[in-house]
Amino acid sequence: MAKKVQGYIEIDKEKCKGCELCVVACPKDIIRMSKDVNGKGYHYAEFFNPEPCVGCADCAVVCPDGVITVYRARIEV
Amino acid sequence: MGELRLMKGNEAFAEALIRAGADGYFGYPITPQSEVIEYLMAEKPHERTGMVVLQAESELASINMLYGGAGAGKKVATSSSSPGISLMLEGISYMAGAELPCVILNVQRGGPGLGTIQPSQSDYFQATKGGGHGDYRLLVLAPASVQEMSDFVPLAFDLAFKYRNPVMILSDGVIGQMMEKVELFDPIPRWTDEEVIEKNGDWATVGKRPGRERNIITSLDLDPYSMERHNHDLFAKYKKMEEEEVRWEELNTEDAEYFIVAYGSASRISQKAIDLARAEGIKVGLIRPITLYPFPYKVLQEKVQKGAKGFLTVELNMGQMIEDVQLAVKDNAKVEFFGHVGGVIPTPEEVVEALKTKIIGG
Amino acid sequence: MELTADKIKELVVKPENKVYAKTPLLTDKTLSYCPGCGHGVAHRILMELVEEMGLENDTIGIAPVGCSVLAYEFMNVDMQEAAHGRAPALATAIKRLWPGKFVFTYQGDGDLAAIGGNETLHACNRGENITIIFINNGIYGMTGGQMAPTTLPGMRTSTSPYGRDTHMMGNPLKMTEIVAMLPGTYFVTRQAVHTAKHARKAKKAIKKAIEVQLEGKGTSFVEIVSNCNSGWKMTPVKANQWLEENMLDYYHLGDIKVDGKLVKEIV
Ligand SMILES: Cc1ncc(C[n+]2csc(CCOP(=O)(O)OP(=O)(O)O)c2C)c(N)n1
Ligand code: SF4
Ligand SMILES: [Mg+2]
Repeated sequence: MAKKVQGYIEIDKEKCKGCELCVVACPKDIIRMSKDVNGKGYHYAEFFNPEPCVGCADCAVVCPDGVITVYRARIEV
Repeated sequence: MGELRLMKGNEAFAEALIRAGADGYFGYPITPQSEVIEYLMAEKPHERTGMVVLQAESELASINMLYGGAGAGKKVATSSSSPGISLMLEGISYMAGAELPCVILNVQRGGPGLGTIQPSQSDYFQATKGGGHGDYRLLVLAPASVQEMSDFVPLAFDLAFKYRNPVMILSDGVIGQMMEKVELFDPIPRWTDEEVIEKNGDWATVGKRPGRERNIITSLDLDPYSMERHNHDLFAKYKKMEEEEVRWEELNTEDAEYFIVAYGSASRISQKAIDLARAEGIKVGLIRPITLYPFPYKVLQEKVQKGAKGFLTVELNMGQMIEDVQLAVKDNAKVEFFGHVGGVIPTPEEVVEALKTKIIGG
Repeated sequence: MELTADKIKELVVKPENKVYAKTPLLTDKTLSYCPGCGHGVAHRILMELVEEMGLENDTIGIAPVGCSVLAYEFMNVDMQEAAHGRAPALATAIKRLWPGKFVFTYQGDGDLAAIGGNETLHACNRGENITIIFINNGIYGMTGGQMAPTTLPGMRTSTSPYGRDTHMMGNPLKMTEIVAMLPGTYFVTRQAVHTAKHARKAKKAIKKAIEVQLEGKGTSFVEIVSNCNSGWKMTPVKANQWLEENMLDYYHLGDIKVDGKLVKEIV
């Protein structure tokens, strides 16, 4: 069995203001803006494809509102 | 008996700051009070007590240094004269709003504008009615001697911390510049950092403490209801000052029919005038407000109730305190004003003359 | 084994795998900033450092007047809110009266370079042992996008609707270069936070600025070239592109003064 670095992010969608900076920041293009809106009326960011995520945290680092939590682990595949 | 010295009023204030355990003085030179910072710089209070003295780049900076220092729980003071106090009004209003304790000395000179470096009392309205923007009051103490330039410093610090409010010592060029014998009080040790935390750590920014939320010093509140509440709280505090902190002095008032109301240097001149008038058989006494805010309205009202016939205010301005005397006396007795401006000092003889023509004969 | 999204979540989302989360030194209050505003990133890296450096109980911060006037609502340390432009005066007294604390000001360009120009210059000239974080977005964000001393030539704002005319309004003021010339400053740098790379670099710079203060070396001054998408009337993504192409062309990034010595020619 091979090992790989797997990342995962959680987005606090109610706190997201929909600025899209994480979408631009993500090197793997796996964040997009949701078609739905949150309680504040913003199209919030959505982590739609976890598999390529390496947990680089670039999205979280550029998020002005600190709504992204990042996890990273070596998992067996 | 404390140490006796012959000093200028400004120097007595400076020495008193060191002895009162002040932590910091921040100021900018202006006549007629530059002796304060000069004395402090020469005395090296940092070596005597650890007190910080800094010549700031402006009065705007000085007063905002006070905001920072007071917000961090320390005993801080500044001094200036009228044009400098005008610049400080920004910070004074913020400090009143944020409820910060400090001591501000105004050695008044004449205005408006750059005016004159000569003595004046024309900042009475500015000091007692707020001065800066917003609804607020300062506690205002008016020294009439070099002794009081010293004695009022520890009193001012006590009041400032008791009410968490700026206290102004409203002096003038005469009291600041004249030399008199002064008995200095024994030094009060500066609070240690631990004492500052113990006394003020529940509100001041002394660094977050385990077991409490962070402390915030601000005058801002965007919630209208909460801001209205804050204004009401401030005025409840001012009301308490009005009930508990009125200070005044009376001279020859027991049998008096007429009263001179004067503070600071004008009260010194008025004392002499009373001697002259009494020698002529005029039953006149002096009421000297020591706190200009809160003003001794009740004292004047009691005189009215006991049949006072008239009140003459003597001021080094165009007539400012007279409005407070009128508020107290209303139409129940005659209230008139006599004064000079521009640095011209009224003579006792002129005061007696004004008493006769404006009050007794008028 | 097929790695479904749910499976990945199950394997990876565990407390021990958490590599990035909002610092507890930011409160849970929603930031009052517009979407995408650089103030949020600057707040976060500053508070992360206060946490990482163990300074939580030894920090006194000063908020300005500007969009970050409410910084004290978000930064979970003891804070004071200053009058417009006066933060360096507050910091001067606080640091002199509490020399053992980490004292910082956080100021916008209107606050620091216009109304507070004098306080800034003199605090830096005295070498006050404080850290100044200067958020330069080239505009008055809070009051609705008026021209600032830092507004670029030709840039449109609500008080320069035809673009900043430098004949009438002067040229953008480079406060950072000016304070770098003063002997009192020890570390002066210009950073940005619009990309992850820049934000990480800015964090390193602020860390150095804090260390300089803790070592008692003098004033440390960190400019952060930031955006104001509301004032600039652009989307956040567009604003960051514009920042890269225009602001950084005028406000060059990098250290200007290190260890008390100029490391860059000042132009
Ligand atoms: C004495 C005073 N003058 C003017 C204002 C109004 N005012 C509030 S914020 C501001 C400009 C702030 O701009 P900047 O410092 O660049 O901060 P930003 O909002 O861009 O972050 C002004 C002019 C004020 N609050 N106080
Ligand atoms: S107005 Fe500009 S500076 Fe203020 S919060 Fe919005 S984007 Fe940020
Ligand atoms: Mg700005």
